[in-house]
Amino acid sequence: MKSTEQVHQILESAEFKKMVSQRWSVALFLTALMLVVYLGFIFAVAFAKDFLATKIGLHINIGLILGVGIIIFSWLLTGIYVYWANNRYDKTVGEIKKKI
Amino acid sequence: MNLLQIQTTLGQTEPISVIMFFIFVAITLYITYWAAKKTKTTSEFYAAGRSVTGFQNGLALAGDYMSAASFLGIAGMVAMKGYDGLIYSIGFLVGWPIITFLIAEPLRNLGKYTFADVLAYRLQQKPIRIAASIGTLLTITFYLIAQMVGAGSLIKTLFPFLSYEMAVIIVGCVMIAYVLFGGMLATTWVQIIKAVLLLGGASILVVMTLLEFGFSPVELFNQAAEKYTDTVLSAGSYVSNPFDAVSLGLALMLGTAGLPHILMRFYTVPDAKAARTSVFVATGFIGYFYILTFIIGFGAMVLVGQENIGTFDKGGNMAALLLSENVGGSIFLGFIAAVAFATILAVVAGLTLSGATAISHDLYVNVIKKGKSDEAGEVKVAKRATLALGIFAILLGLIFKGQNVAFMVGLAFAIAASANFPSLLLSILWKKLTTKGTAASIIVGSSSAILLIILSPTIMVDILKYETAIFPLKNPALISIPASFLTAWIVSLMSKEPAAEAKFEKEKLRSYLGVGAE
Repeated sequence: MKSTEQVHQILESAEFKKMVSQRWSVALFLTALMLVVYLGFIFAVAFAKDFLATKIGLHINIGLILGVGIIIFSWLLTGIYVYWANNRYDKTVGEIKKKI
Repeated sequence: MNLLQIQTTLGQTEPISVIMFFIFVAITLYITYWAAKKTKTTSEFYAAGRSVTGFQNGLALAGDYMSAASFLGIAGMVAMKGYDGLIYSIGFLVGWPIITFLIAEPLRNLGKYTFADVLAYRLQQKPIRIAASIGTLLTITFYLIAQMVGAGSLIKTLFPFLSYEMAVIIVGCVMIAYVLFGGMLATTWVQIIKAVLLLGGASILVVMTLLEFGFSPVELFNQAAEKYTDTVLSAGSYVSNPFDAVSLGLALMLGTAGLPHILMRFYTVPDAKAARTSVFVATGFIGYFYILTFIIGFGAMVLVGQENIGTFDKGGNMAALLLSENVGGSIFLGFIAAVAFATILAVVAGLTLSGATAISHDLYVNVIKKGKSDEAGEVKVAKRATLALGIFAILLGLIFKGQNVAFMVGLAFAIAASANFPSLLLSILWKKLTTKGTAASIIVGSSSAILLIILSPTIMVDILKYETAIFPLKNPALISIPASFLTAWIVSLMSKEPAAEAKFEKEKLRSYLGVGAE
């Protein structure tokens, strides 16, 4: 490990700052998306019961598809983050770490 | 098919389930024996020597989370109320992406064994450790009460030759053996085996159910709608008050990200990348599991019938078991019953380990010994704490016998969401967070959650039988979470802590790059 001064330089570097802000942009965007979808679903259940009860088959309705869809959506969203972090974020982390 | 009367062996002693349960206990105790030889240091006792892979930890996380209550309870809720059960189960899933995005990696990089490590990294040890232990132990206690009472009542039905008390004592003793001797390594493998059994058992149950419907879920839903009208396929009374639904939803979502026994699992993997992988795996398995319980619930509704399920238990808790007998006979019922028992054991073991870690690592080492304790001494204290907490769990099970404890899971999630989650998130994200702000936020979060639930319809109307409640919502999270964040913000701004702010910059090296992570 290099001296405190050099560590300080890395923390202050544009590269590191960009990485941190990118990490939180991605994380907070995905969090917001999850919150909007989930709370949107709860409000739809509360205020748009008729819409959810719209049939798209003999008895199958939109609400059923949406409910199961949210479960799959949550998992996919997690997958998107993991894919991004493994391929993009970790690469930048590796590059910055080389300098320490 | 005669739908008004069913023949069932449920409630009678089924030798198959007893044998299967004994096989499970024998195998897991053997694993504990194997793990005990590898469990000497604190890192081994609390974190399985950080030797667990991302995939294994994903399964173990799923195992920790899929309790017998969610298997039997949610399948039962679907069987009795249809679509409402799905809405409820979704709430339990949506916290996992939040853990992935916000918590998992910084938690893994900054901490050692508990989430309090993350808070204490740049704040003052003593007050932070005490406050975080309060949040942890309250969450664990309420969760344990729900699990132990559930265990006693369930086992009484599945193994009628056991009394409630015997059931609670057996669960307590086997669970103590896992944790006391095998630490996190044994607990993790018990969790993995149980997760595989539960997912496997539920999958077989779903396949056998769908066989009756030409392997078409659509056909299953159609028959359910024809038998019980279209109302079972759309939202019913669950979201009669949207504020109630949002409050419970927030408690479940953010509470998941504040459950101490879940957070602790992230220290069993070697690095942040494995932590990230493990949440992805866990989210997949848990989501899959809730889809299975949805189909199981509808299968029970159509094949067993709501009337019949209701005669065993008004809430429908026996739906999955009755369905397994309906499609697979008494041998399959025995298997599913044994899986349910195994599930309870594994969940209480995980809870006890995380509570014991808070007592030994946070309170004993970092408060009483001020961080100066040797390895052997700490492991000894951790083991004593395990024993004490295990006995405490048994006592809780005995004291709360016959009480309505269903609300305690909601309360545990509300405390986790209002006491643990805000402080953890802010310490990761907000430079100006101070020791006083964090401690105040944990205290306000947990006490407001408890106070408001006492004043809520959940306790005042359902349990104490008052006409109306002082606080209108059934779950306090909608008020207690913002109260906790607000307290942290105001108190931190009033109590500047330059030392903590300075450390925030240095902390970045560890939280983002993993430099110096343990």
